[in-house]
Amino acid sequence: MNMTQTATEIRKSIVDMIYHSKSGHPGGSLSSVDLLNYLYFKEMNVDPSDAKHPQRDRFVLSKGHAAPVLYATLAERGFFDKALLPTLRKMDSILQGHPDSKKVPGVDVSTGSLGQGISNAVGLALGAKLDDSAARIYTILGDGELQEGLVWEAVMAAAHYELDNLVVIIDNNGLQIDGKNEDVINLGSIADKFRSFDFNVIEINGHDYEQIAKAFADARETKGMPTAIVAKTVKGSGVSFMENEAGWHGVAPNKEQLDLALTELAEVAK
Amino acid sequence: MGLATREAYGKALLELGATNQDVVVLDADLSKSTKTGDFAAQYSERFINVGIAEQNLMGIAAGLASYGKVPFASTFAVFATGRAFEIIRNSVCYPNLNVKIAATHAGISVGEDGGSHQSVEDIALMNALPNMSVIVPADARETEEVIKYAAAHDGPVYIRLGRLAAEDLFDESYTYEFGKGVQLTDGDDVTLIATGLMTAEAKKAAELLKADGISARVIHIPTIKPIDRDIIEKAAKETKFIVTCEEHSVIGGLGSVVSDVVTETHPTKVVKIGLNDVFGESGTPAELLERYGMTAANVVKVVKEHY
Repeated sequence: MNMTQTATEIRKSIVDMIYHSKSGHPGGSLSSVDLLNYLYFKEMNVDPSDAKHPQRDRFVLSKGHAAPVLYATLAERGFFDKALLPTLRKMDSILQGHPDSKKVPGVDVSTGSLGQGISNAVGLALGAKLDDSAARIYTILGDGELQEGLVWEAVMAAAHYELDNLVVIIDNNGLQIDGKNEDVINLGSIADKFRSFDFNVIEINGHDYEQIAKAFADARETKGMPTAIVAKTVKGSGVSFMENEAGWHGVAPNKEQLDLALTELAEVAK
Repeated sequence: MGLATREAYGKALLELGATNQDVVVLDADLSKSTKTGDFAAQYSERFINVGIAEQNLMGIAAGLASYGKVPFASTFAVFATGRAFEIIRNSVCYPNLNVKIAATHAGISVGEDGGSHQSVEDIALMNALPNMSVIVPADARETEEVIKYAAAHDGPVYIRLGRLAAEDLFDESYTYEFGKGVQLTDGDDVTLIATGLMTAEAKKAAELLKADGISARVIHIPTIKPIDRDIIEKAAKETKFIVTCEEHSVIGGLGSVVSDVVTETHPTKVVKIGLNDVFGESGTPAELLERYGMTAANVVKVVKEHY
């Protein structure tokens, strides 16, 4: 499968699993698909048959509510059986509402409370540095998540400790639960903020694989400072009626909407 | 007077640094006060100062533990458990990560800094968290033992330490046993169950009570969680009532834990000495301990009131 095909499979899994669970977060899961798809299939040194390898790269889904995109990508990559995906959010499922590192093969860090994942990622990056390990640490944050003060504590520490093994990705879809970022609490220029904290900042279209590839390559070559990739994305990306709609932040599709979404995604696959 | 428990912590860290390469120490700009500074000087590459950012202190510690390190995170108890509570909950305890939180300046014996800096609710907060173990050493020797134990224990541990010089209760022969209470004196009229600096006061109170013909059993509880149910149940059965003594709120601390055990095993009267749902204030440690009843004399008075 090429990247477009795996991306489509991941998108189909996301809407299908959230349909089955009758709750979950489709909008912010769909906006991160291409970033996670690239990370798990091209960028990161991970091995589904040895998920706990000490030298592996680590991924932290700081925007933990986008668990469906992580589960769908891990399953697509072979960390666990795709048949488990419809058990999302159900009793006794390994697929908890937010990622649980104790339960899911391939989930490095439990997340869900916003702002904490990036702080954990800084700890992982410091650990790798202490061991002179080549392991790289990747974390994805929502743009609304940047409103959490802890994010900036973590960002300050990452720059201070010159964590060039850390890549912070902002899924900049512009929307949060109560509406547009700019109407809830304006974030101003995200890129300028990270630049002023002494990050290497790269701005890309988060759905363009060429730009994604170039950004991660640039991050690898950057020494002495962490990288922030500000990825402009579309919330609900790939499902027309969910795109750019804050209302699809945390609502499950009904059967009719699921069928419509799957039909659309099948068209893309052709 | 012996060393303060925070000073013993600093010494114990130095030893750990030499024997355990995975130990990493973190602080939030208080390394001189928390006594992590000696470790920082000796093992600078394994010391991480996060600046004045207690949430990040716990978040980074969780990340380091997730990587396989054994992080000891230190700051004042009020910030460690209050400011960073939800980070400890979700980043440390929920994934059951191997983070050690060694919080200093607990209780009113902080003194002059006043109520804003005197943690009287940290035991309650940490006790409520699944996967967390809670330990309150009483003196320097016990602190060294507890730190050594915590480094070897797999899972989150909260260690409550004090600013004030602590009386030496234990000698070199003492070994800390996780989850076990320590009976210091036997007695059959009343049991004094104490933790932290109140253990020394309880011991003195038992001496004073003896002069009045009251036989007091003294039990020191270093491990608040998991609690030693057996030693408490036995005391409930063998003595007429129990008085708990702690430098903490009477809500959610040792007194509450003991009451829980007693109600479930052998219902007995439990009288709690501690902060009675109030904050502390500025003053010398001695003045504050006197005002809030953290003295042997007050323990004696309370026992007699209920005898």
